[in-house]
Amino acid sequence: MTLSEVTNISGEVGNFNVTVKEAPRYVDMDKCIACGACTEKCPKKVDSEYDAATGKRKAIYVKYSQAVPLKYQIDGSQCLRLTAMAKGKEKLPCGFCEQVCDAGAINYNDTEKTHEINVGAIVMAPGFEAYDPTNAKVWGFGVYPNVVTSLQFERYLSATGPTEGHLVRPSDGKKVKKVAFLQCIGSRDENTCGNGYCSSVCCMYAIKEAVIAKAHEPGLETSIFYMDMRTHGKEFDQYMERAKNDSGVNFIRCRVNSVEPQGANGDLRLSYVNNAGVQIEEYFDLVVLSVGLETPKHVLELAEMAGIEVTADRFAKTKDFTPVTTTRDGIFTAGAFAGPKDIPQAVVEGSAAAAAVADVLAPARNELTKEAVFPEERNIAGEEPKIGVFVCHCGSNIAGMVDVEAVEAYAKTLPGVAHVERNLFTCSQDAQEGLAVRIKELGLNRVAIAACTPRTHEPLFRETLKSAGLNQYLVEMANIRNHNSWVHDSKEIATKKACDLVRMAVAKVTFSASLAPISVPITQTALVIGGGVAGMTSALNLAEQGFVVTLVEKSAKLGGNALKLDHTWSGEEVAPQVAKLIDQVNWNEKITVFTETEVSAAEGFVGNFKTTLKGKDGVETVIEHGAGVVAVGADAYQPTEYGYGEIAGVVNGIDFDSADKAGKKNFVFIQCVGSREEGHMYCSKVCCTHSVQSAIALKKEDPSRNVYILYRDMRTYAQREKLYREARSLGVMFINYEIHGKPQVTKNGDVIDVQVIDHVLHRPVIIKADMVVLASGIRPKSDFKTLSQMYKISLDGDGFFQEAHAKLRPVDFATDGMFVAGMAHYPKPLEESVAQALAASARAATLLSKLEVTLDAIKAQVDSSKCDGCALCVDVCPYHAISLLEVKATAEGAAPTKVIDVNKAKCKGCGLCQATCPKEGVAVAGFTLQQLSSQVSAALAI
Amino acid sequence: MSFEPKIIAFCCNWCSYAAADLAGTARMQYPHNVRIVRVMCSGMVHPELVMDAFQQGADGVMVLG
Repeated sequence: MTLSEVTNISGEVGNFNVTVKEAPRYVDMDKCIACGACTEKCPKKVDSEYDAATGKRKAIYVKYSQAVPLKYQIDGSQCLRLTAMAKGKEKLPCGFCEQVCDAGAINYNDTEKTHEINVGAIVMAPGFEAYDPTNAKVWGFGVYPNVVTSLQFERYLSATGPTEGHLVRPSDGKKVKKVAFLQCIGSRDENTCGNGYCSSVCCMYAIKEAVIAKAHEPGLETSIFYMDMRTHGKEFDQYMERAKNDSGVNFIRCRVNSVEPQGANGDLRLSYVNNAGVQIEEYFDLVVLSVGLETPKHVLELAEMAGIEVTADRFAKTKDFTPVTTTRDGIFTAGAFAGPKDIPQAVVEGSAAAAAVADVLAPARNELTKEAVFPEERNIAGEEPKIGVFVCHCGSNIAGMVDVEAVEAYAKTLPGVAHVERNLFTCSQDAQEGLAVRIKELGLNRVAIAACTPRTHEPLFRETLKSAGLNQYLVEMANIRNHNSWVHDSKEIATKKACDLVRMAVAKVTFSASLAPISVPITQTALVIGGGVAGMTSALNLAEQGFVVTLVEKSAKLGGNALKLDHTWSGEEVAPQVAKLIDQVNWNEKITVFTETEVSAAEGFVGNFKTTLKGKDGVETVIEHGAGVVAVGADAYQPTEYGYGEIAGVVNGIDFDSADKAGKKNFVFIQCVGSREEGHMYCSKVCCTHSVQSAIALKKEDPSRNVYILYRDMRTYAQREKLYREARSLGVMFINYEIHGKPQVTKNGDVIDVQVIDHVLHRPVIIKADMVVLASGIRPKSDFKTLSQMYKISLDGDGFFQEAHAKLRPVDFATDGMFVAGMAHYPKPLEESVAQALAASARAATLLSKLEVTLDAIKAQVDSSKCDGCALCVDVCPYHAISLLEVKATAEGAAPTKVIDVNKAKCKGCGLCQATCPKEGVAVAGFTLQQLSSQVSAALAI
Repeated sequence: MSFEPKIIAFCCNWCSYAAADLAGTARMQYPHNVRIVRVMCSGMVHPELVMDAFQQGADGVMVLG
């Protein structure tokens, strides 16, 4: 449901009644084919929200070209006709869109609808809004045209943006030579906007924009003005280093307080203090404001209506051990609504919320699902090709540029073609029904559709073939719209090309064969490796959803790294929560726990894994499971620097929590010990917050204590920023140091001398400390490699487990059926580990909830008459789907032969094997060498 | 008559083929000489297919992925 908003929620968990108000779209979604004819004709131009007002859209529009659903809508507040109708005028203006819409999708009389929906649980993911700097004045946004927001800059950099990716100044169109990025606009700033928190994502996007801008305009100078660079995500620090060293982005640690115009031509002047402490005035062509994230007013109203609490920073309130659960039972949250976060974390929370919902609704699973029934499939083996060609007009989208009658006439001359017809819209319901009738009536055994792209419409036509009793793989599409009528402006050329494309599709489909569906049975149990908070959370959630789980822990007891923690960043006590979790796991009858046990061998594939566990006593147990979660945690780095282990009083962060601090006055924390340096170029993410929290506790216990934190970038990201503020107000001293000027720690009698170059004084200072706390980083464990080899799951450059896609699949491995959670993936605080663990369970449950998975039949197939077992393909297969089999000789005394075997569950149909095979012994069904070659021949035939 | 090359482009379903679709959505005009063959991965294109295309008169072959 789009254009809809929730106006009321009543009831309780398991039985909510939700009132949804659906605003009129004025366009019939079933009829609109997103051709864009309406937009072209519409006379009313307004600022485009998507372009952040850098460009224009029409009153009838689609927000952006990849929008889902790709359906147009009319902005009722802007449309000439609708506004006139609202005023009750008799003579109505315009109406162009209705006239040009061949699909008849425009409906000016559409009205607002109200829906009542009964649901068991609710997920709130309303997102954020970018901070609007217009009213703040100081940066000149809205006054000087060359001051833009980061969102606007993003559009300027885009090929589909207002300048088609050319970097020119909004004021005069002059080529941009120098850009300044100002960080923390609308973030970490209570005075101007009341947003005290850090928005978490702006440092990273500013670097990205600077790098991309430099790639667009060689010679462009980019400077990022910042307070702390917070690139704490996975592989983010490496990206920043590359931006610095390879792309040449300047980083200047200074908060610029204002932007002034320089002369009348649009230049902008910044005054700042550079890294050497010198006051500088510099001129820029363009200033980009890195605006932060905030919860919009209407979302706060939604939260109030839903009866859920928000934090002081106006984000949904959650707890660290239940990070996607709001304060109202049965209502969950995901994404930036529960605090500023980046895409991977938002995606993780999306899955985590699904897991939390599944926990509540597990008994009702599949109650509302219906199964589609199809007629029995006709066997076409041995039949001569009888191809039906369907040429789509797509309204005027194709017919306007292609002589469709000529294409129809041409298609009739092609070999094997038994029937040709044209449709106004081949994808429409009636045309689909007609297609099915033709297949049955005329006994067609193959179909070619000359229309749009198979990427959006092939599934639809496959369904139609199924409904007509024909194998779904016997259809081929000729893309005569996206690749032809939309990109050429000569009717003669477009018609000729359409004929070529139809000829190619017919040639290919001639060699298409019925493909049998592939399904893989699923063992509906899970194995969770690692008994820390992530592993236990994941196991418990899966068990609550009704699945049998085996939980393996290497050490003698459950709890993992959390056993060493006192408090989460928000102050929740860790020990009682972990104890509760251990209890729940131990008492859950669906979970079998193995302690002092390790994985010693593994084999199998999605739905069908077989893992051998080996106990301390050497006893082996084989577990069959459909999915696996790797939650093996990580290690704390044991420092070798700063006199650790040699000087008494030099401790690491974990030791410090339990150390005796009585009578001690002077404390120095050193950040980034073993993090963010050569060989370990990543941020350990938790150390800044831990040190700041410890410093606060020290000061609260005894305000006369002197507490110093020596840091490189203070990374108290998101709502943790309040801890940093609190520490400063309590008098904790923060001294910034650079990687090339690390502090020196030496023993000096009873005290420890810590020498550091003070960033304000620009000279070395010596602090006499009673205790030096090393904020040592987090390291991957030594046994990650073995595990990665056993399950064929990869590790990243730093040695942590590598997810399938950094942004879109943050808990999946590239190996289907295996998932990752917690610090094994990357250092992270407790609540993020819990969210990822829940996400891993949700992902695993999508598999385990089925008895079998049906796979696309586009997979590698072996031709055993041609395969000689040379095994060249075995090594190139990126999915380890091919194995070599020995075939017993048929004749007596002859040597056995070899042949490859493709595991269909692992095969993704990429065809690397096909391109490698010198003997045509293996081919991807639907894309065989014969099919592709026939297409090439057809393309070049005329 | 001027020279009109014939070019065969093998496009990966997941990236370059999708890009060609988007070029259409954005109505970007480009020369008509390219004929796109959709593949499930550019790694699927056998060297023989490329040679085959040249032999049959292609003036250029693109493997995009």
